[in-house]
Amino acid sequence: MLKIKNLHASVEGKEILKGVNLEINPGEVHAIMGPNGAGKSTLSSVLTGRERFEVTAGEIEFNGKNLLELPAEDRAREGIFMSFQYPVEIPGVSTVNFLKTAVNEIRKYHGLPSYPAADFLKMIREKMDLVGIDNKLLNRSLNEGFSGGEKKKNEIFQMAVLEPRLAILDETDSGLDIDALRIVANGVNKLKKPGNSTIVITHYQRLLDYIVPDVVHVLYDGRIVKTAGKELVGELEAKGYDWIKEEVAECK
Amino acid sequence: MSVLEKINTDFATLFREGYSQLEQGCGAVMNGCRKEAFEKFVQLGGIPQKQEDYLYTDLLPVFNKDYRVVLKYIPQEVDMNETFRCAVTDLVTTPVLTVNGWWFDGNMVSEIPEEVVICSMREACIKYPDLLYKHYNRYAPAARKDGLVALNTAFAQDGIFVYVPDEVVLERPVQVINLLRANADLMGFQRNLVVVGKNARATVLVCDHTLSDHHFLMNNTTEVSLAQGAYLDYYQVQNQHLGASQVNSLFVSQQRKAVFDGNMVTLYGGLIRNNMYVALHEEGGECNLYGMYILDKNQVVDNFSYIDHIAPHCVSHEHFKGVMDDHSLANFSGYIRVRPDAQKTEAYQANNNLLLSEQARVNSKPQLMIDADDVKCSHGASVGQMDEEAMFYLRSRGIGPEEARMMLMFGFAHDIIRHVRLEPLRRKIDDLIDKRLRGELSKCYHCMMQCKKQE
Amino acid sequence: MDNIIEEVTASDYKYGFVTQVETETIARGLNEEVVRMISAKKNEPEWLLDFRLQAYRHWQTMKMPHWAQLDIPEINYQDIVYYAAPKQKEQKNWDDVDPELKATFDKLGIPLNEQMALSGVAVDAVMDSVSVKTTFKDTLAERGIIFCSFSEAVQHHPDLVRKYLGTVVPYRDNYFAALNSAVFSDGSFVYIPKGVRCPMELSTYFRINARNTGQFERTLIVAEDDAYVSYLEGCTAPQRDENQLHAAIVEIIIEKNAEVKYSTVQNWYPGDKEGKGGIYNFVTKRGLCRGENSKLIWAQVETGSAITWKYPSTILKGDGSVSEFYSVAVTNNYQQADTGTKMIHIGNNTRSRIVSKGISAGHSSNSYRGKVKVARNARNARNFSQCDSLLLGDKCGAHTFPYLEIENPTAQVEHEATTSKIGEDQIFYCNQRGISTEDAVGLIIKGYAGDVLNKMPMEFAVEAQKLLQISLEGSVG
Repeated sequence: MLKIKNLHASVEGKEILKGVNLEINPGEVHAIMGPNGAGKSTLSSVLTGRERFEVTAGEIEFNGKNLLELPAEDRAREGIFMSFQYPVEIPGVSTVNFLKTAVNEIRKYHGLPSYPAADFLKMIREKMDLVGIDNKLLNRSLNEGFSGGEKKKNEIFQMAVLEPRLAILDETDSGLDIDALRIVANGVNKLKKPGNSTIVITHYQRLLDYIVPDVVHVLYDGRIVKTAGKELVGELEAKGYDWIKEEVAECK
Repeated sequence: MSVLEKINTDFATLFREGYSQLEQGCGAVMNGCRKEAFEKFVQLGGIPQKQEDYLYTDLLPVFNKDYRVVLKYIPQEVDMNETFRCAVTDLVTTPVLTVNGWWFDGNMVSEIPEEVVICSMREACIKYPDLLYKHYNRYAPAARKDGLVALNTAFAQDGIFVYVPDEVVLERPVQVINLLRANADLMGFQRNLVVVGKNARATVLVCDHTLSDHHFLMNNTTEVSLAQGAYLDYYQVQNQHLGASQVNSLFVSQQRKAVFDGNMVTLYGGLIRNNMYVALHEEGGECNLYGMYILDKNQVVDNFSYIDHIAPHCVSHEHFKGVMDDHSLANFSGYIRVRPDAQKTEAYQANNNLLLSEQARVNSKPQLMIDADDVKCSHGASVGQMDEEAMFYLRSRGIGPEEARMMLMFGFAHDIIRHVRLEPLRRKIDDLIDKRLRGELSKCYHCMMQCKKQE
Repeated sequence: MDNIIEEVTASDYKYGFVTQVETETIARGLNEEVVRMISAKKNEPEWLLDFRLQAYRHWQTMKMPHWAQLDIPEINYQDIVYYAAPKQKEQKNWDDVDPELKATFDKLGIPLNEQMALSGVAVDAVMDSVSVKTTFKDTLAERGIIFCSFSEAVQHHPDLVRKYLGTVVPYRDNYFAALNSAVFSDGSFVYIPKGVRCPMELSTYFRINARNTGQFERTLIVAEDDAYVSYLEGCTAPQRDENQLHAAIVEIIIEKNAEVKYSTVQNWYPGDKEGKGGIYNFVTKRGLCRGENSKLIWAQVETGSAITWKYPSTILKGDGSVSEFYSVAVTNNYQQADTGTKMIHIGNNTRSRIVSKGISAGHSSNSYRGKVKVARNARNARNFSQCDSLLLGDKCGAHTFPYLEIENPTAQVEHEATTSKIGEDQIFYCNQRGISTEDAVGLIIKGYAGDVLNKMPMEFAVEAQKLLQISLEGSVG
């Protein structure tokens, strides 16, 4: 589904990603872990097409398409969804209007007519029940005045509505207490469909207790330096990242 | 002779030669203020030019035209269908029309509570002299340095009078539809007075429209008196054409616990100057003033406000936002004045601007004058562009850049429009703003012919 | 609480003494002859006399400005003495300086003896219309740095003076600039050559001493490519019942990659508690960031003067140039201040930042007035302004008058202002931790002004803080 080859990316002239290789097959859950400043968020930004990040070398293929040629909105329309670490507040734009626009633009991209209003609302209600969020949220301005937990829940709700093929959860656990974390993780699990893939970007084990990865990567200094099964999570939690840094240093 | 001198001399001539006509058909109350007002106009130097309060707005180009001035009432034919364009779905109003500043004699005011008065100023002068003596030109002198307000007092002959007696709740909004229509360039003066009694409540919705493509210059003044516990919900939607300029002055005087909610929405017009003076005379008063302006082409909009906290324990909120495209110019100047005894004042003011084109300009002057210490006052102003983070967020959900831009602009505007309390009206204004941002408003019937000519 | 504030805000001016020194003065009044006389006394070249005369003639056509939030009494410009100089022997060395003058500056905390001086600070001491002594001149000269009195610069570096004089503040600029350009007396001249970082703080200390005189100093600072200098100006005056006029000009030129930091501790005599006497401080200060990536920082602590009219400004002409303005302005009793800054963005990618903290007490009036202008072709300009006012007592006023003039859509400009008083809950919180109310007020004021005080050169930060306390705290000390 997703093939990243030798990806180099920089921001404001500083190279952050220094040759990332990664392949994700349909249905897989990959965790990307790593210390602060390793390039985790840069990777998610590059995947979703944030313009501030400049790709200097490498390729990204998504379902056979060259992702790097597509603007951010077309990547989303192709089925890539990112749950933002810091969801943006947009005053004056209601969540429901925002989602209606997004859904219809995506449908238009795929040659489908707009959702009939009644059906759309019905679909929205179903998804709200699924994720467990309050009806009132729909008419409030997007993320404005939401608590940290509400914002993350809203991200998962949007994911439910947009039904992506590849979901990227960028530090979705940051700023959440245990209860909120569980609700968010359950939402993600409920939405999981065979054939759809997930990338979980995180520092810690706790989110991965709920969303169990098939493959775990360690990103360090702009490269994936270790790839293993889910057992790596426990090892990292117990030993921290220093031993990996040492390993990398030795290799050099 | 400079252009300014010429304009001022022309006004002097007009005042002298037209004086007997000005007095005809007008009551003693209005006529009694004319001479003094014109003297004040002269004494202030006539048309404001390079004065602090008109620092960034050059009035001379719009004043320096050969306008006709109508000094007596001319019966007008107005197709009442015109008013339907101002209709707000699901909102029943009491519509009254003015044409070129004069009360339209086809107005039928019905279904209002018996004691409530809605009539022309000329009629009010004769029928309700006591009320007029008490309120007419009592609040407008707050514009101590503005010759244009004095000019209105000198020349105005008609307009709308609304009186809501003590304890009366006027459920139905009074919708004032100001129409401009002429077969030559025209200058006019309109004077309105709204008196809301003790614990009385009213809603006034003013719509400014043009029906012909000549140049217009309207100099309008509205005085509002809110007695103890009174409430006025005031809306003004300015939607004219590029050749229609106006100086629109609003004076609000608030007694104990009176509340004023004001919303100014400027969608289209030539040079538009809004003066908003609010005086909080007694404790417990509250003023919420919001404004939204969307400009393109060569539009100039200048919003000037002066919120005067005279008494303690009053609250004011003011927020103006604008979007500027093409060669347009937006000026904002807002004073918050807290007088020495006005302790426990809370006053907030903000002005935010989005610039969309290389040639658009904005000047912002938020001003605080604080002479009491136990107060909470703040102001802020900003000029910037679309938030890139928000743009990315929308695009990452599959929304294209154009649509995302539109949504953000709409969101920027709705932040002001959300304060509109009448829901049907809010929907209508939201819809107008959406159309305006998408460039559709200039396509509608009455603007289309104007814009073709202007462009 | 009110009593405490009164105690805290009622204190005395510590620099009000008069130096008993023989002074040469000219007769009161201003005319072309006086301008010629000043020029002759300073043995000036023809071109400089011409400059003065042009300025004088222009001044005569101008009117005193009244747009500021100030109540300025009528000033009789014919009642002022435009030149006063303490009589001195020709100075060959330190011993030639009049002991009375040495004692004066010692008393002001500005020792002129290099052995005793603050280490790392070179001082130009100016009394009335002339410079008394400049320290560390020779040490600085070794690096090619010129630091001397303005009069001396006219004699020894006429080409430099002629090249830059009036280029940033033309005499036509405003009423007081024209007046200064006609009758300016002395001041400092600083020239930092290419690539040189000035190894010490440069400082000028201005002292008005003579009666009925006006002080019209002129400062010119030039920083060539890659140069750096930190400069500080301080000022005091004796306590007198009549008002005295001070109208200065400061011009700063900053070339590519150079940086100038200009700090001011302004403590002219503010007048007494009834508002009698005090200095009228009408000053034009302006820097031109001419080169790419040049930088100018203004830091000022304004506590003195009966009336202050002052807007240190920066023209950001070079691409990538940066300017910052940090100000604490304290007004007490019947003082009036209308002060702020102008940031004129002309080059691309220019940045400015304004932090202004006003503190008003007594019957005073304290106004911030600032302009941020982004010119049509200035792309990616950034400005942030924060202007706060603190009111101590209910008889004073705090005003904020920002002007934002934006002509380029890539600009991001933000202005914020707040007004506050010291909260009862803040005082109570301190009390509960064992801090007296007086100390609490002092502490809160210090915290409030901290952002600005931190920007003062280290050697003067303590001084500036003390000054704040003296101006406001009195009994807290």
